[in-house]
Amino acid sequence: MAKIIVITSGKGGVGKTTTSASLSMGLALQGYKTAVIDYDVGLRNLDLVMGCERRVVFDFVNVIQGEANLNQALIRDKRNDKLFILPASQTRDKNALTKEGVERVLEELQEDFDYVVCDSPAGIEHGALMAMYFADEAIVVTNPEVSLVRDSDRILGILASKSRRAELGLEPIREHLLLTRYSPQRVRNGEMLGVDDVKDILSISLLGVIPESQAVLAASNLGTPVILNEGSDAGHAYEDAVQRFLGEDLPHRFVDIPRKRLFGRLFGG
Amino acid sequence: MFDYFRASREPSAAVAKERLQIIVSHERAERNRPSYLPTLQKELLEVIRKYVHVDPADVQVSVDKNKECEILALNVVLPVPGPAQARRA
Repeated sequence: MAKIIVITSGKGGVGKTTTSASLSMGLALQGYKTAVIDYDVGLRNLDLVMGCERRVVFDFVNVIQGEANLNQALIRDKRNDKLFILPASQTRDKNALTKEGVERVLEELQEDFDYVVCDSPAGIEHGALMAMYFADEAIVVTNPEVSLVRDSDRILGILASKSRRAELGLEPIREHLLLTRYSPQRVRNGEMLGVDDVKDILSISLLGVIPESQAVLAASNLGTPVILNEGSDAGHAYEDAVQRFLGEDLPHRFVDIPRKRLFGRLFGG
Repeated sequence: MFDYFRASREPSAAVAKERLQIIVSHERAERNRPSYLPTLQKELLEVIRKYVHVDPADVQVSVDKNKECEILALNVVLPVPGPAQARRA
């Protein structure tokens, strides 16, 4: 029975899709059969970040409406055969994601997979609510910026009150914080909220800190999840986050100013 | 413009944290209120006003959570004459 993980944030441009791509690839690299679903109907982008945009034939809404079966719509990743992508529909109305339809697809996926990663759209509209509703675990992605942190708290409120687990009185969704675009130098200068500040305010457990990194844009450009860029700080940070998600207790590597800057520049990038 | 940012010695991140703590705790309290509270407050006020003339702002309805139970508190400040009294039900 697969665990359902939602990647959510409130606002857009925070790194939800980047995180969905790297987390799902990371879980697959660890040997778990993983499906990653794009819930952003009308603004599909996971396919681009995963580099499979030209292989999309059927999508999530096709499966919900019975126009294709799940196996026809799932795209097997070319780099890892344990990873499958279910793209969002580009053309339909977002209300096509009915609760019953989403539930049916998730149930079918759960039989065969270890993890189902749900990439939520921005906002708190229908698509985002559907991505959150069935979750067992939630990764709240935020930047150290006031409006994003506030919105993350709103999202935590929705997860605690409007999810399936909340409605059925089950054990609450496990919530994790992922802080992205982090700049230790700016935190030291007092210009940016630090890890501890954000943790204090949101009071949920910290899954990882992803440093501001040029590798993230480069990864999207290439359609390769940044976790596969083994020379990059962001790639390492995502690897650590995946390990922590799976229960490892690792120190956070990217919260301090890197000491070997020159060395890093020469050999790491 | 530049002077404006210079004028405050406090690092902007510290200001951000303080502002966030206030707004987030305020919004949490709001969303934990049961949705019937505003209507309850309005109807209670109508009943009370049949007997005593009180200002709408002098009737407070709140819900507090303890470990074991929730307490619905009604706080009515009665007007003068005499010192203002508070009653709890």
